[in-house]
Amino acid sequence: MDTQQHTDSMRPVLDAQDIARVLTRIAHEIVERAKGADDVVLLGIPTRGVFLARRLAAKLEEITGTKIPVGSLDITMYRDDLRMKPARAIGRTEIPGDDLDGRLVVLVDDVLFSGRTIRAALDALGDLGRPRAVQLAVLVDRGHRELPIRADYVGKNLPTSLRETVKVQLQEEDGRDAVLLGQRTTPEAGQ
Amino acid sequence: MKRHLISAADLTRDDAVLILDTAEEMARVADRPIKKLPTLRGLTVVNLFFEDSTRTRISFEAAAKRLSADVINFSAKGSSVSKGESLKDTALTLEAMGADAVVIRHHASGAPYRLATSGWIDSAVVNAGDGTHEHPTQALLDAFTMRRRLVGRDAGLGKDLNGRRITIVGDVLHSRVARSNVHLLHTLGAQVTLVAPPTLVPIGVETWPCEVSYSLDDVLPKSDAVMMLRVQRERMNAAFFPTEREYSRRYGLDGDRMAKMPEHAIVMHPGPMNRGMEITAQVADSDRCTAVEQVANGVSTRMAVLYLLLGGSEPAVTTTPAATRTEESK
Repeated sequence: MDTQQHTDSMRPVLDAQDIARVLTRIAHEIVERAKGADDVVLLGIPTRGVFLARRLAAKLEEITGTKIPVGSLDITMYRDDLRMKPARAIGRTEIPGDDLDGRLVVLVDDVLFSGRTIRAALDALGDLGRPRAVQLAVLVDRGHRELPIRADYVGKNLPTSLRETVKVQLQEEDGRDAVLLGQRTTPEAGQ
Repeated sequence: MKRHLISAADLTRDDAVLILDTAEEMARVADRPIKKLPTLRGLTVVNLFFEDSTRTRISFEAAAKRLSADVINFSAKGSSVSKGESLKDTALTLEAMGADAVVIRHHASGAPYRLATSGWIDSAVVNAGDGTHEHPTQALLDAFTMRRRLVGRDAGLGKDLNGRRITIVGDVLHSRVARSNVHLLHTLGAQVTLVAPPTLVPIGVETWPCEVSYSLDDVLPKSDAVMMLRVQRERMNAAFFPTEREYSRRYGLDGDRMAKMPEHAIVMHPGPMNRGMEITAQVADSDRCTAVEQVANGVSTRMAVLYLLLGGSEPAVTTTPAATRTEESK
């Protein structure tokens, strides 16, 4: 997710307008697939997934005219690589409304890569309730899946090599909206 | 690599705030339909208790179980310890059984430090109270309770207790809770005042980062939190005050005294309470008394400590005792 390398040397793939357009399209797709989005709950995966989920919720409200519940789902405690890295600070899990039983949960994340984050998110969801269905929306799908997982809504398919890094910047966290592509400087494995 | 929590004095401000923030998230697990996280699956936590303690033991047990660790309770009574086994041999036994963390309570001050630094075991050591020395997780849960009540549940995230005035009243001499609290609260930026009869103030208190007063009534109006300590009869082998009634009249908290505290101030007690001695039933049962809340917060705080010590390849907090730090740097 966060790379130490300077973002100056990275090539922009999506700019602020592209991201806005992509989110509008995904919002329409959600409404179309869910036939109205009445029982949709958006859960963003911290950090940037939460901001994307909030933006999607705002777009969905514009389209449907109803308030869409939006929350966050922290997956730190469910990661399969916890013991491989120093213990990390955990993020916020916020489930909107009473529970998730019978709802259509749309998970929202910035980059879909190995699929391990989403696997952890599905495990976490299992402890929180029993949704009617779970779907996945991502801003960027960069490929290289290590698990049988795919996204239902993709902002941009970005074929990458493992030597490249993808960085998503959002106004709320980084002060600007952009998706950047760069070369990996450290041989460390991906997110 | 060291991964122990021996003394509250070893924690930096950032470590302490990280533990409190993590505890805040752990507290939310208690509101969920499945009150369990898979994080410490496959790890074994041994509760090694050489001294009676029900609440601390079950609090650690609940914390470890909510994180899916396996828990083994080892109490000295009726075990090989009562047959004369030394701490070293007990430790080697636990090591052979594959303990990943040892939560130790011991009547001798310094026993957890010895266990952590002796090289007998590789596991993480958490001090659950040693003699009259320290009880760091109690201090953490007290700080957590104060931050929640005085700063706010969400507003408190990332914050310390800067400028809050905390008064600790009673048997400071025998209290490991008081010692750990003084260190931790000072690290978190609070101003601590100890109030006790002169006979129950420890020698060397002038080197502690706190004030000392002998008059409860003077300090109460200037307190954001008042922590009442239990008079530890079991540790008292001399006459520290003339009668219990006199102690209660001068240092006990009753309804009239509570009325002198600021509107927002809270009353804390680490338990078990001696009603009628250091605290009256009226105060203990009032909304301002956080004793029951502290028990619930204890589980969340201990979950945070266990997670941060055991959850990763190395601990997220720098809890190496100061003495070994200098040894290693030589």
